[in-house]
Amino acid sequence: MSEKPRLTYINGRGRMESIRWLLAAAGVEFEEIFLQTREQLLKLGQDGSLMFHQLPLVEIDGMKLVQCRAILSYIAGKYNLYGKDLKERALIDMYVEGISDLMQLILMFPFSPPEAKEKNIATISEKATERYFPVFEKVLKQHGQDFLVGNRFSWADVQLMEAILAVEEKVPSVLSGFPQLQAFKTKMSNMPTIKKFLQPGSPRKPPPDENYVATVMKIFKLD
Amino acid sequence: MSGKPVLHYVSVRGRMEPVKWLLAAAGVEFEERILKTKDDLQKLRTDGCLLFQQVPMVEIDGMKMVQTRAILNYIAGKYNLYGKDLKERALIDMYVEGMADLYDIIMNHDFKPANEKEKDLANIMDKATNRYLPVFEKVLKDHGHDFLVGNKLSRADVNLLETILMVEEFKPDALAKFPLLQSFKARMSNIPSIKKFLQPGSPRKPPLQEKDIPNLLAIFS
Repeated sequence: MSEKPRLTYINGRGRMESIRWLLAAAGVEFEEIFLQTREQLLKLGQDGSLMFHQLPLVEIDGMKLVQCRAILSYIAGKYNLYGKDLKERALIDMYVEGISDLMQLILMFPFSPPEAKEKNIATISEKATERYFPVFEKVLKQHGQDFLVGNRFSWADVQLMEAILAVEEKVPSVLSGFPQLQAFKTKMSNMPTIKKFLQPGSPRKPPPDENYVATVMKIFKLD
Repeated sequence: MSGKPVLHYVSVRGRMEPVKWLLAAAGVEFEERILKTKDDLQKLRTDGCLLFQQVPMVEIDGMKMVQTRAILNYIAGKYNLYGKDLKERALIDMYVEGMADLYDIIMNHDFKPANEKEKDLANIMDKATNRYLPVFEKVLKDHGHDFLVGNKLSRADVNLLETILMVEEFKPDALAKFPLLQSFKARMSNIPSIKKFLQPGSPRKPPLQEKDIPNLLAIFS
């Protein structure tokens, strides 16, 4: 019977993009519903579809999953992208969580006031080049393998690829001191499922713009 | 050989407290290395002990684990507190992630400026009593079991007890409208490993006090 997973969010990257990346990398086709009004969000909450009245929501395997990490962990587990044992999972989790801290800066960036934007880009650049990318450069150099963990494609590789591209959108030369990451990026880009996701017309969403920010403020009523 | 896990953190609850709860509930003894100064943190960094230059860090099974969620996932998996299959794990993850959101606003409360504290406290209590606690009351009501997932103790139960106690520190009658959470709290508190953790002299840390804040800020500056 197996239906496609169904993703409910707004028409933009936000907290759903990592999920789109992971499903796409796993070769899983999915459907998307894009909310356009706050009323639609409230209605979903009233219907009991949203455990904590928040998005993202992914309907998969008879479950209404919320909370990004819960969704990503489930997808990673289901599609064998979570390592072969507890220790590999621990490595993947550490890498993903570190990258997630970096991605948080990118997630929040569109909402910073204009006068703070230059400083925020500098922070993203600094954190990427001094705290996060050196770790993965070293991991790849030390084991000399194509993938971060267990010589096998995993969630960590997908998350790192997404982060590299996201940071490059803000800081185009960010990989200049990281030859291993440059090679990694090329290899990932050529993996069939990821290559497909990187092509126009895929479910990949464009960088956030003013329209995205306005939609988020309206629907999620952020302070 | 198997040494006890070693927890590296500062002297307050912060991001390490859920790790202590989980280890304690699993009946695992651990050691603590308390960072008291910025130099203590710097030493860990220069020794190459901190993957992303941050604490918490837990030495366990030959690994130097960082990132709270990674640490908790590993402990939960190792000690069979993570459900029996992917779907139970998904439920546990949803519950735990929801509680983590509440934990973040509770943790940040102590660092709010004085003139924002009252409004922030109202927000915490609103989220606790209208968004998070009702979910768990309903879960317990719907299946009638003692534990949140799979009729078996999991990290979600440990997390919920910790959350309940923290919310009650703000407002002692926070569970007034949640009879099932009240009995859940009583049951969980009587589990031997948890009962031990709740007693004076355990590794459990008290709520953050204002006098601790300047030193904390200095360490993490």
